[in-house]
Amino acid sequence: MDLITQLLVAAISSGTPLLFATLGGILIERSGVMQLGAEGLMLMGAVIACTTYIHTGSLGWTLLAVLVVGGALGLLHSFLTVTLRANQVVSGLAMTLFGSGLSAYLGKSITGTPIPGSVPKIDLNFLDGIPIIGDMFAHLDILTWFSLILVILAHLFIHRTSWGLHLRAIGDNPATADVMGIPVQIFRYGYIIIGSMLIGLAGADLLLVYSPTWIEGMTAGRGWIAVALIIFARWNPLRALFCAYFFGAMDTIGFKIQLIGSAIPSYFLKMIPYIITILVLMYLGWRNRNKPSGSPEALGAPYIREQRF
Amino acid sequence: MSEQPAAGTVSLDKTASETRRRLSFRFEIDPARKESPWWMTIVSIVLALLACAIFIAANGKNPWLVYEKMFRGAFMSEFGITETLVKAIPLLLCGLGVAIAYRISVWNIGAEGQFVAGAIGATAVTVYLPEMPMSLTIPIMIVFAVVAGGIWGALTALPKVYFQVNELITSLMLNYVALLLLDYLVFDPWKDPKGFNFPGTPMFTDAQMLPVLGDTRLHLGLVFALVIVLIYWFTVKYTRWGYELRLIGANQDAARNAGINIKKHILIVMVISGAVAGIAGMSEVTGVTHRLMYGISPGYGYTAIIVAWIAKLNPFGLVISSVLFGGLIVGGYSVQTMGLPSSISSMIQGAILFFLIAGNMISKFRLRRNG
Repeated sequence: MDLITQLLVAAISSGTPLLFATLGGILIERSGVMQLGAEGLMLMGAVIACTTYIHTGSLGWTLLAVLVVGGALGLLHSFLTVTLRANQVVSGLAMTLFGSGLSAYLGKSITGTPIPGSVPKIDLNFLDGIPIIGDMFAHLDILTWFSLILVILAHLFIHRTSWGLHLRAIGDNPATADVMGIPVQIFRYGYIIIGSMLIGLAGADLLLVYSPTWIEGMTAGRGWIAVALIIFARWNPLRALFCAYFFGAMDTIGFKIQLIGSAIPSYFLKMIPYIITILVLMYLGWRNRNKPSGSPEALGAPYIREQRF
Repeated sequence: MSEQPAAGTVSLDKTASETRRRLSFRFEIDPARKESPWWMTIVSIVLALLACAIFIAANGKNPWLVYEKMFRGAFMSEFGITETLVKAIPLLLCGLGVAIAYRISVWNIGAEGQFVAGAIGATAVTVYLPEMPMSLTIPIMIVFAVVAGGIWGALTALPKVYFQVNELITSLMLNYVALLLLDYLVFDPWKDPKGFNFPGTPMFTDAQMLPVLGDTRLHLGLVFALVIVLIYWFTVKYTRWGYELRLIGANQDAARNAGINIKKHILIVMVISGAVAGIAGMSEVTGVTHRLMYGISPGYGYTAIIVAWIAKLNPFGLVISSVLFGGLIVGGYSVQTMGLPSSISSMIQGAILFFLIAGNMISKFRLRRNG
């Protein structure tokens, strides 16, 4: 395999966790609630996946446990931001700090223990002969295929269904949506819970597919990169696919350069994804200086139906 | 009260229909109440400890004994108290740094990186200007740490001001960059040649260390921190600039209309915020570890966010909360002998922040009877 193919293959494997997290974030932010807790949710997803898989040995229970825990944390976030109308930035930050602390606490006893199996792969042997496509898609695992299907489903859902229209309405103008009879608070609860499940799944995917042992703080900022990816993708699932794979490639490009044998110390190569994130955000800010960013209009503002005093 | 008139029944008896009205309440934001009462903080901390007790019990330990041991370890011996204060110094300094940024709603979560930048800046003095008396070394170290931390803060502020980049993402990404830079320095060019491969610089000389109190580990950094507390308090409360900061924090649109240059203020505040966290890094390497080494901060920059929040950005409140959280870190170490991971303290920290947010919001609500 030449370098470009290697990079494309690596882009998929390290981009899939980012893709799950970005899709979850898009669902949450489309409903008008900021999602800054992705780092904590991913860490919790990873540690729960590792613990359950080691103790039960069953992938089904593992994924179920991850979804339940992700949903429970989503419920917490929605209670704080939707019902109590707490500051969404601070609530997200609390989620990150609590998730990192709790995952470190829960994961201490399993640190370094390899997981007892791997996610089954779907072998498409007829693709093997095709040069680049074959290398990329012939032996992907089911979670990666699930993420690809999810992109299409999310896109169709948001842009082609009436439920998706309601989702966009509660994110752009909750007061109007409320007048139209859309239960804003209940829908926000639902999307935050589903989105948090997906972000938890992102952590599980990182652990089960990408680096199969638990290490404290193993997401290394990927949750925050996913937060940035939501902005790059302009809250659009199809764009999220390309952005996530681009960052997946950036994540591994340092490693590939090192393999070629470059004189740059590996520490600087590891900085690439973080610096690229800042540079891309700056470029977007410059390019969109006179344009709307595509963000949901009511993002970050709690919705309060007019109350009587 | 549960008896509803059957459908179609017309009640002509007015008083009867009134007594049959369902007793119902609504939960709404009280417009007159802005601040939550002080005891809500204590209630939140207690509830957070109760919630964490579940996880401790799940580990097969008695939570009450664990908390008792943590408290004893942190506050009940001379060693414990000085250790708690030693941990409180970087928390207080980083907390002051983030508090000034939060005052104008700039969400700096990069104190960790700014701390590391400051530590690197201070250590650069020992590497490049080794032979100097203490009276020169310490001030030069402070200058270097302030400049390094300030640059790290500016790197967050410039993209925000000129390219509308969310400062949360930038400051966090820069944390990882700073930590990787630290790893590079202590694993490669600055590594102690006689250190048996330990990832750290050579030990500082006596002239490069902060003086300590007696034979404890409590160092001069405490004085730096308390001086900055007073400066912060005085500036925010009594100067024109502090008034402008409070105005921006209260209402950004009003501040802009009043002719305040918000971009300039964001830049200045972020540089100050980074510089203060940089001093924390400097006081840690010169006062505690006496060398720059791998993993110099056990997450002080992140804990500082909670420290600042729990104190509601008040400088004197920060003194109390940083001691409390310093104690939490020390207590976390002291329960390791019971077979619990020291990350128990980060779990409790996160839970406290959650309950604090909920508590602050709940106390803004009021319960009212409908009708």
